[in-house]
Amino acid sequence: MTRRRAIRSVFYIVLLALAVFYLLPVYLMVLTGLKPFNEVDLKTMWDLPTSGLRIENFIAGYRQLAPNLRNSLAMVIPEALLSSLLGSFNGYLLSKWKFRGSNVIFALILFGMFIPYQSILIPLVKFMQTINLYGDLPGLILVHIIYGIPITTLIFRNYYAGIGTEIVEAARIDGGSLFGIYHHIILPLSAPSFAVVIIWQFTQAWNEFLFAVILTNQSNWPVTVALNNLAGSQLVQWNVLMAATFLAALPTLLVYIFLGRFFLRGLMAGALKG
Amino acid sequence: MTRSFSLRMPQLILAILLILAGILSIRFLSGTELEIAGKNLTSIALLISGLVFYSGVLVIVAMFEDETILSMALLFPSIVAVAIFVYGFIGWSIRVSLSKWKGLNPDYTWVGLKQYTDLIFHDQRFLIDVRNTAVFTVGFILGCLILGLGLAILLDQKLKGESLFRSIFLFPMSISFIASGVVWAWLMNPATGSRTTGLNLLFQNLGLDFLISTWHATPPPWGMAYTVIPAVWQLSGFAMALYLGGIRSISEEIREAARVDGASELEIYRYVILPMLSPVTLSAVIILGHMSLKIFDLIVALGRKDQRLDVPGIYMWTTTFDGTNYAQGAAIGILMLISVAILVVPYLITSMRAEAEL
Repeated sequence: MTRRRAIRSVFYIVLLALAVFYLLPVYLMVLTGLKPFNEVDLKTMWDLPTSGLRIENFIAGYRQLAPNLRNSLAMVIPEALLSSLLGSFNGYLLSKWKFRGSNVIFALILFGMFIPYQSILIPLVKFMQTINLYGDLPGLILVHIIYGIPITTLIFRNYYAGIGTEIVEAARIDGGSLFGIYHHIILPLSAPSFAVVIIWQFTQAWNEFLFAVILTNQSNWPVTVALNNLAGSQLVQWNVLMAATFLAALPTLLVYIFLGRFFLRGLMAGALKG
Repeated sequence: MTRSFSLRMPQLILAILLILAGILSIRFLSGTELEIAGKNLTSIALLISGLVFYSGVLVIVAMFEDETILSMALLFPSIVAVAIFVYGFIGWSIRVSLSKWKGLNPDYTWVGLKQYTDLIFHDQRFLIDVRNTAVFTVGFILGCLILGLGLAILLDQKLKGESLFRSIFLFPMSISFIASGVVWAWLMNPATGSRTTGLNLLFQNLGLDFLISTWHATPPPWGMAYTVIPAVWQLSGFAMALYLGGIRSISEEIREAARVDGASELEIYRYVILPMLSPVTLSAVIILGHMSLKIFDLIVALGRKDQRLDVPGIYMWTTTFDGTNYAQGAAIGILMLISVAILVVPYLITSMRAEAEL
């Protein structure tokens, strides 16, 4: 039994060492952010603050990113809500009202989530310019919703496939219509998958960079674009940058900490049904 | 299924109202510009008007009581959106890539495959990009799979604090590539002497000087290999979650049977569990592989457009939007698409077939 205990201790040591590796970047951001300005020095990057904790760095970081945090929020909330509604309906139709060729259509839709967006970027920019949605958030929201159709449809379709066909068949025999069955049977069971999709789309759109940098102009930059710009600027101190990065990552981090269960399910759906 | 048509007055009135409202607002909008709070929302309003019009059509379709047609009609807007924004735009990009469009004004003069042959045979930068992508892809996939499998096996030991550890290994996935690139650029700071900082400073403080590295500033091609570290930091948790799911789905009876046959725990993993995980490995390779072929934001934030860390995604961006070489940018985009399609399409087709057989 002692051998077994020794092995278990080794496991713990390995796990703890790995946990330190995973937490290191967050530790650095928080530690730097909490130091007073006069203690910030690249040479003492890893030292604990000696004269108490301050939030000056976070305030300075927030000043840099405040408008962009607001832009991201204004973009992400309508985007997540609308694309979950659309995905729910698509998923319902493609799982419970299949028609000849619906599986092919689903596969063709699904391919859209794998494409490198560089392969559609030039037409997208020209198109958005033509319809006057270039440079601003409504256009970015529309783009995120459309390119979100594959993943949202996939998550809802897989979830609805798990709802017994018998219930739906029985309702059909009783004269239930397509809308009636959705409203009375499917929708009340959908809360978990709505949570998964809303959280997934929220995280994706918050973290997205390519569309954001190409399709918005400076006053509408979401936080990823502004942060990347801040990191390239010579005028911003690294300690302020660390604090700003933490603030930019905080919303999705909080979503993960409090709603991680749903986040993980979205993740798994992204891997299809291996 | 019976096909019938039942005319119900309330529905008909609703349908007519929706169609009229749609048409009227489209006509109104096509003459003016709609601005709300300084934003030009004419196109969004047109889109909504179109959808109002279409929902009127849907109400009429619903009266035919043929659910198949109704189902198709309801999917129609999403299908059109994907058809235009994915397939239409890919086609358009291909057309651009076959032209000599350089400069702000579109020039669709046909030059055949010239952009592609120039990139593949004469372009040093693109060759570096391909090599960098290869180094990154191999390192990233191997790193994620090995670390992910190791973590999953460790977490399978029913240790205390399992869920806390699992959360710690997974949380980097919730952070953007930009944010992690910015932090890791500081961690992997290659400065030496009195300016030593980041991980190098940490190693120095801990007396682990042999670990001090020049990181991604290492001369090519190995500098690129260091960009794998933040990428593995972010996505090994994903591989871990996949593997842990796979391991947990293998029934305890199978393991018990192997134990009865005298297999050690190690042998059970090696000869029983590992072979059963190969479908999980395949999924992980497809997902991680397609991500690494398109890797972009992480390298932008980490390398700040350092030419030695260039990848096709960055080349496409700079040549198109800084250099206005649209034709070349489109060709790079299409080459990226082809590389991803080779990886993903067979997988998509087989999983669709497997599902159809169920």
